[in-house]
Amino acid sequence: MKETEISKHTISVLVDNEAGVLARVIGLFSGRGYNIESLTVAEVDAHTHESRITVVTSGTPMVIEQIKAQLSRLVPVHKVNDLTLSGPSVERELALIKVIATGEKRVESLRIADIFKARAVDATNSSFVYEIIGSPEKIDAFIKLMEPLGLSEISRTGVAAISRGTLTM
Amino acid sequence: MAERILNGSEVVLQALADQGVEVVFGYPGGAVLPLYDEIFKQNRIRHVLVRHEQAAVHAAEGYARSTGKVGVVLVTSGPGATNAVTGLTDALMDSIPVVCLTGQVPTHLIGNDAFQEADTTGITRPCTKHNYLVKDPERLARTMHEAFHVASSGRPGPVVIDLPKDILVGKAPYLEPSQVQHRTYNPVVKGDRGQIEQALEMLASAKKPILYCGGGVINSGEQACKLLAEFTRTTGIPITLTLMGLGAYPASDKQHLGMLGMHGTYEANMAMHDCDVMFAVGARFDDRVTGNLDFFAPGSQKVQIDIDPSSINKNVPVDIGIVGDIGHVLEDMIKIWKAKQYKLDAQALDGWWKEIEGWREKHCLSYKQPKDVIKPQHVIRRVHALTRDRKTYITTDVGQHQMWAAQHFGFEHPYEWMTSGGLGTMGYGMPAALGVQVAHPDATVVCFTGDASIMMNIQECATMTQYRLPIKTVILNNRYMGMVRQWQQLLHGSRYSESYSETLPDFVKLSEAFGFTGMKCENPADLDDAIAKMLEIDGPVILDVAVDDKENCYPMIPSGKPHNEMLLGQETNGNEAIDSDEGMVLV
Ligand SMILES: Cc1ncc(C[n+]2csc(CCOP(=O)(O)OP(=O)(O)O)c2C)c(N)n1
Ligand SMILES: [Mg+2]
Repeated sequence: MKETEISKHTISVLVDNEAGVLARVIGLFSGRGYNIESLTVAEVDAHTHESRITVVTSGTPMVIEQIKAQLSRLVPVHKVNDLTLSGPSVERELALIKVIATGEKRVESLRIADIFKARAVDATNSSFVYEIIGSPEKIDAFIKLMEPLGLSEISRTGVAAISRGTLTM
Repeated sequence: MAERILNGSEVVLQALADQGVEVVFGYPGGAVLPLYDEIFKQNRIRHVLVRHEQAAVHAAEGYARSTGKVGVVLVTSGPGATNAVTGLTDALMDSIPVVCLTGQVPTHLIGNDAFQEADTTGITRPCTKHNYLVKDPERLARTMHEAFHVASSGRPGPVVIDLPKDILVGKAPYLEPSQVQHRTYNPVVKGDRGQIEQALEMLASAKKPILYCGGGVINSGEQACKLLAEFTRTTGIPITLTLMGLGAYPASDKQHLGMLGMHGTYEANMAMHDCDVMFAVGARFDDRVTGNLDFFAPGSQKVQIDIDPSSINKNVPVDIGIVGDIGHVLEDMIKIWKAKQYKLDAQALDGWWKEIEGWREKHCLSYKQPKDVIKPQHVIRRVHALTRDRKTYITTDVGQHQMWAAQHFGFEHPYEWMTSGGLGTMGYGMPAALGVQVAHPDATVVCFTGDASIMMNIQECATMTQYRLPIKTVILNNRYMGMVRQWQQLLHGSRYSESYSETLPDFVKLSEAFGFTGMKCENPADLDDAIAKMLEIDGPVILDVAVDDKENCYPMIPSGKPHNEMLLGQETNGNEAIDSDEGMVLV
């Protein structure tokens, strides 16, 4: 890859779930001028109090290397894994999308939701809330189609990701 | 082992004692009164009362840098903690091990805007290597020990422990250091053998090799410096040191090319520019060292050795990056170099040295000392000459005087040179000297400062007096913020905006008011006597030396320029206006 080419990377970070750890990670990105396209975090091991942070970021190869080295340097960070480089991985995101419409638009939105396997999790006479799970690209596509149909509010979780096969962090 | 239950303050003091701490630099206040009470009741740990919390951190840095141990600071909540922030940032930038205990309002008041509450862990997160807020007495002892481990291992740095008052007063169990181990933080110290071999192979095939070494060597320890000397002499190649690395290799040795970078020597910078294989050892390719990256050592292959993986490939991509402690890696390098009987091409190396000798002939640091006015460089050289037979430690403030000290005071050993490199903090010199003199009561400690810098922590004169610390403060008084004036002259059409020291105090009277000797020197003929007298006096002295107010610091690589476009100053009497808009936006 060219040294100046910017590419997107999904990075998994295992951390001690202690006060301030998220602030440390976010502060690192803002303080050093790195991008955050999406960030998710939750405890994944209640026994050891480990949390997993998934960051989607972009940069030149040198910047991506820096991001990983800087993350690894944080004291509460156990492991950093670049899912984009370490082989095939699964990326999923959940979104809740509110569409306010009546008549033909309302029906059309239901039809498209069906194609995307999105579920209506709330409904009134003039609105739906759809739940959709998939890759960020799939959610983007769904949102785009909802735009002319009364799209009024979006809540996305950001990406959770894990490598495929037997590979573990 | 049965748990010992103490009160929180006792746990803190016990942990300090078990960590081998002898002295704490601090300043009291409401939130830390329980700790001060505990300090009062014991006599294992000495407390040095500074006059400003920033100075407490710089003193701890001076202590740490001159001993290789962790420096310890104790300050109160709110303003005590915020005053410490500059010092912490300084220690972070220069990788100095410091543990800073800050008081905090009781846990039940945190978040209520209580009196003297500040979000200390929030504020210090970006300026510490790590920080802790202790909310659970069970974690107090563990946190104390962990903090010392984090501050001193790997790439060292400052660690803050924020201590709410109820934790200090309440009961807490004590654990010995041996009972505490960090779960995940364990930096790599051994370098990868395969990479080391590859690197040495690269070196063995070099025609124009150079060693570029920084503060990481000193942080690695005295043994690492010895190994560096052995490796340098075994291979016979030239070596240059960064501002932070001065003393890691003897300045007087013929293989040493002097400091490199913005105010480095001509020979060091030219050799960096023209080298074909560069070994960066414990150095981080700072912009003050590299100049314009597009033109940095264009024809070179690079090897970088550093304990911090994030230092490798940060500013400059390298061909081989070895993560490890410098001492360990150098030891392996020497073993492998000998075992494999590597040799450099003697003829090529000879040619390289001839080229270097040619650059040396510029005598880029030379100056003429006239009869009527004292040259600042001359002051540094005379202090060096007159302290040669003593164990001497040097601290500086920031500005031209700092660069002249770096250029003209030959440092032969590690731990003898304390300066604010990464942050460039005016006000560093005198408090750092306090820490050094506390650590080495019988040594000579000289602080070179400027007329502007000294005003930034002048209150520490009272600390010098109180503890009878015989620090010799030498002001290179040019009545200007000289470094600012120099940039204004070169880059801003000699418009000296706000850089003149308009109302300086009478430093002799000021010294006397603080209870020690003040001296003044204006005449070149009197300089040696003044220095000798200063060194003889058994107590603190401020020696105010009036120096040439127009002198500029050369050589200089203007910001944005490559190494081989250095200004030498000699031929032009300093009238080399730099005409570059690019340079003007850089710092
Ligand atoms: C705290 C702080 N404020 C401002 C600066 C910017 N600065 C760098 S050098 C300098 C002038 C220092 O003057 P002086 O102490 O007299 O030293 P000289 O350059 O004259 O030797 C200034 C203002 C700084 N380095 N640190
Ligand atoms: Mg000055």
